[in-house]
Amino acid sequence: MSTAMAVAAGALFAAGTYLIMQRLLTRIVVGLGLIAHGANLALLGSGGEPGAAPIVGGSTGVISDPLPQALVLTAIVITFGVTAFLLALAYRSYVLTDSDAVEDDLEDRRIAELSRKEAA
Amino acid sequence: MTSWFVFIIVGHGLVAIALALMGLKRRVAVLLAAAPLGAMFLWAITATVTGNVLDGGALVAYLEWLPALGVSLSLRIDALSLIFLSLIAGVGLAIVAFSGGYMKKADPPGRFLALLLLFAAAMSGLVAVDNVFGLFVFWELTTVTSFLLIGYDDRKGSARAAAFQAMLTTGLGGLALLAGLVLLSHAAGTTSVAGIIAASPTGGVVTAALGLVLVGVFTKSAQFPFHFWLPGAMAAPTPVSAYLHSATMVKAGIFLLIRLAPGFAGDPIWVPLVVSVGLVTMVIGAWRALRQTDLKLLLAHGTVSQLGLMTALAGIGSPAVLHAAVAMVVAHALFKSALFLTMGTVDSAAGTRDLRLLSGLGRRLPVAAIAGGLAAASMAGIAPLFGFVAKEAAFAALIEDDRWTAMGVIAVASIATVGYALRFWWGAFGAKPLVLESTSGEEGSTRPTAGLVIPPLVLAAIGLVFGAAPGGVDRLVSAAAPGGKLVLWPGWNLALALSGLVLAAGLLVHVQREFVSRFQRSAARWAHERVGMPSTERGYESAVSGLNRFADRVTGIVQNGSLPIYLAIILSVTVGVPAGAWAISGGGWQGSPWAFSAAEAVLAVFVAVAAIAVTRSQSRLAAVLLLGAVGYAVAGLFVVYGAPDLALTLLLVETITVAIFAFVLMRLPRRFEVRKWRIRGWVRGTVALGVGVFVAAGTLIAAAQRTARPVSEQYADLAPGAGGTNVVNVILTDFRALDTLGEITVVGIAALGVAALVAGLRSPTGGRT
Repeated sequence: MSTAMAVAAGALFAAGTYLIMQRLLTRIVVGLGLIAHGANLALLGSGGEPGAAPIVGGSTGVISDPLPQALVLTAIVITFGVTAFLLALAYRSYVLTDSDAVEDDLEDRRIAELSRKEAA
Repeated sequence: MTSWFVFIIVGHGLVAIALALMGLKRRVAVLLAAAPLGAMFLWAITATVTGNVLDGGALVAYLEWLPALGVSLSLRIDALSLIFLSLIAGVGLAIVAFSGGYMKKADPPGRFLALLLLFAAAMSGLVAVDNVFGLFVFWELTTVTSFLLIGYDDRKGSARAAAFQAMLTTGLGGLALLAGLVLLSHAAGTTSVAGIIAASPTGGVVTAALGLVLVGVFTKSAQFPFHFWLPGAMAAPTPVSAYLHSATMVKAGIFLLIRLAPGFAGDPIWVPLVVSVGLVTMVIGAWRALRQTDLKLLLAHGTVSQLGLMTALAGIGSPAVLHAAVAMVVAHALFKSALFLTMGTVDSAAGTRDLRLLSGLGRRLPVAAIAGGLAAASMAGIAPLFGFVAKEAAFAALIEDDRWTAMGVIAVASIATVGYALRFWWGAFGAKPLVLESTSGEEGSTRPTAGLVIPPLVLAAIGLVFGAAPGGVDRLVSAAAPGGKLVLWPGWNLALALSGLVLAAGLLVHVQREFVSRFQRSAARWAHERVGMPSTERGYESAVSGLNRFADRVTGIVQNGSLPIYLAIILSVTVGVPAGAWAISGGGWQGSPWAFSAAEAVLAVFVAVAAIAVTRSQSRLAAVLLLGAVGYAVAGLFVVYGAPDLALTLLLVETITVAIFAFVLMRLPRRFEVRKWRIRGWVRGTVALGVGVFVAAGTLIAAAQRTARPVSEQYADLAPGAGGTNVVNVILTDFRALDTLGEITVVGIAALGVAALVAGLRSPTGGRT
C-alpha cells in the first residue's frame, strides 16, 4: 500500500470524524460520505500494487486484485442508500422542528440532572 | 443411582412449572409439591443404606458442561452430602405440609410451592455437585430463589427491602466466593472440589483465596459483620423462614466450611479468622435473642447465634470437633425448623407473635406446646434430646483438644441459649398473670388444623428419637466426619458437669429476666452513648445509598445525553486501545513506497486538501460541492488503481447524491446554524486527528503484515467458467452473489424508508410539503 493512499484515507477519516461529532444532520451526512470514501480508498489500497483492469483478455500485464474492487463496489452502493436515508431524515427533521439538529437524549439528560441535584 | 438423583432434581423443576402454571386446589398442590421432596428423601435413605457411603465412599457421576473451561456438573455424593440432602428433603416435606394450612385462603399456593421447590432443587444441587463452577452456579441459584422467597409478599415494602438486602449481601459474597474458588482451583490444578481438598495447596495465593471463599461463607451463613440480613429476612412468610434458616440457605456456608476444613484448616488464616468470627457472631446473636419480644425475631437472632457456634466448630477443624459440628447441623435443622413452625402455629392461632401479649396458649394448643417444648429443650441442650447429644459431643471434643478459650466463650453463650430457649417457650405458651389470656386470632378462635400442628411435632419427635438412640445417626455423621462418637450417656465427666452448669445458669437467667433485661437496656444505652458503637446495619445502608449516588454521578458524567460526546469517547477508546497495544508490542513499522505513480500522488493530495476544506465551509452548498469534488477525485484514484467499474459507479452515485443533496438543501437554510457546542473545537480536532493518523498508520502497518496468498488469485482463471470476462462483475454476480442480494435488499429498504419519511409529510402548520 502506498503512503499517498494511506494519507488520503487518513485525511478523509479525520475530516469525516470531525464533522460527525456535531449536531447538524446535514453536516453528519457529509462527514459520513467522507468516511465512506476513506474506507473505500483503504480497501482498494490493501490490494497491493495496482495493475491493469481485471478483465480477462483485456490486457497482457499483471492485473489489480479484483476482490477489494468488488468489496468497494458494494460499499459505494450501500453508502448511497444510507446517505439518501439520512438526508430524508434531515429533511423531515427540518420540516417538523425547523432545524436538522440532533438533540440530546432526554432520558440521559434527566439522569444527569438527578446526580446534579443529589450533589447539591 | 446418580441418574435417579438427576431425574429427581429435574422433577423438582417440572413440578414447579406445573404448580406455577396450573391453578391447582390447595390439597392437590401440596400433594404434588411433596412428591419430588419425598422422592429425594427416599433416594437419600436408599443411597445411604445400599451404597458404600457409610464406609466413607461416595456416589460419583461425571456430567460434562463446558469441558474446554473445566466446567462440569459432576456429582460426588458422600455422607456429608447425604446428610444435607435428607435434611433439605425431609424438612422440606414438613414445610410443604405446614404451608398448606398456613398460607391465607386468598393466596393461591401454586407460586409459593413452586418457588420452594426450585429453592430445594438449587440447594440439593449445591451439596451434591463436585465442580467449583457448578458449586458457584447452585450457590447463586439459592441466592436468587431465596430472594424470591423472602420477598414473596411482594406488596409489602419491608419484604421487598429485606429480600433486596439479603440478595445484595449474599450475592456480593457469592462473587467473592467465585474469585476464591477460581484461585483455589488454579493453585490445585483441578476444578473438582474433592480434588482441591485432596491436593490442599498452600501459599500466599491460597491464603488470599481462602479469605475470599470465607467472605462468601460468612455472608451466606449470616456471620458477623454480615449477620444483619438474617433478622431482616424475617419479613418472609413463616414457612420460608423455617426452611431457609434451619436446614438450608444459611447452612450452605456451614456446609462449605465443613467440606473445606479437612483440607485447609492448616492454613494460617483459617483457624484465627473462622473461629473468632464464629464466636463473635455466637455471642452477638445470643445477646440480641435474649432482648427480643417478637418470637420470630427471637428465633432469628438465636439462629445467628447457633450459626456462629457451628462456624466456630468448623473453624477449629480437628476431626472430633468437626464430627460434633456435623451433629450440630442435624440437631439445629431439626429443632430450629420445629421452633419456627410452632411459632407460626401460635401466630396464626393468636394473631400475634409478641410475647408480651401472649398468655395461656399452652392450654389451648397442647400439641403445639409439646412440639415447641421438645424443640426448645433440644436447643437448650437438655437430655435426652438430640441437641443435648450434639452439644455434649462439642463440649467433649473442645475439652479433649484443649480449646479452652473457645470452650469458655461457647459455654457463656450457651447460657444465653438456654435463657432464650426458655424465654421462647414461656413467651409462646406460658401463663402470665398480668396479661389477658389470648383468645382468638384473626381467623376466629378456631382450633388449629392438623396441618399446622403435626409437622412441627414430627420434627421435634425426630429430635427426641435421635437423642434417645443416637447410634443410627452417628453412623452417617461419623462417615461424614470421622473422629468422634455420639452417645446419650457419656458418663460422669467434665463436659457433662459443664452442661449442667450452663443449664443451671440459663435457668437463673430466665428466672431473673427482669434484671437481665434492665442490664441489657443500660448496656445498650452505654454502648450507644458512650462508645458510639457502629452498627453494621447502618454501614450496609450507607454503603448502598453511597453506591447509588456514585452510580448517578458516573452516569451523569459519562452518559450526559450528548451524542457528540458519546462519539468522542467511543472513538478515543477505539483508537487508543489498539494504538496502545501496538506501542507496547514494540511498535513495528515497515517502510512503504510513497506512491506508485505521479497521478496517484497528485490525486491523493487533492483528496486530502478538499476533505479538510469541507470541514471549514460554513455554507451547506459549499460543503456538498466539496464533497462532490472529493468523490470525483476518488473516482480518479480508482482509475489509477485499475478499477474502471468502480470509477464509473462512483461518478454516477456522486452525481445522484449531489442532486439529492441539492433537493434537500433547497428546503433548508443556506448556512449552517451556529450552535454552542458542548464539546470544544480543539477536543473534536484532537479526536479527529487521532482517528485520521490511526487509519493512515493502521492501514500501512496492516497491509505490510500480509503473509497469506490473496484468495482472489484464481478468480481470473475461474471467471470465464462463470460466463464472464470482467472479474469484478463475476465476483458480484456469481462468486459472491448472495452478498449482492443482501446489498440490493439494503438499498430497497433504504428506498422504502426514504419514501416513508418524505411522502405524506405534513408540516406542523398543516400544509402539505
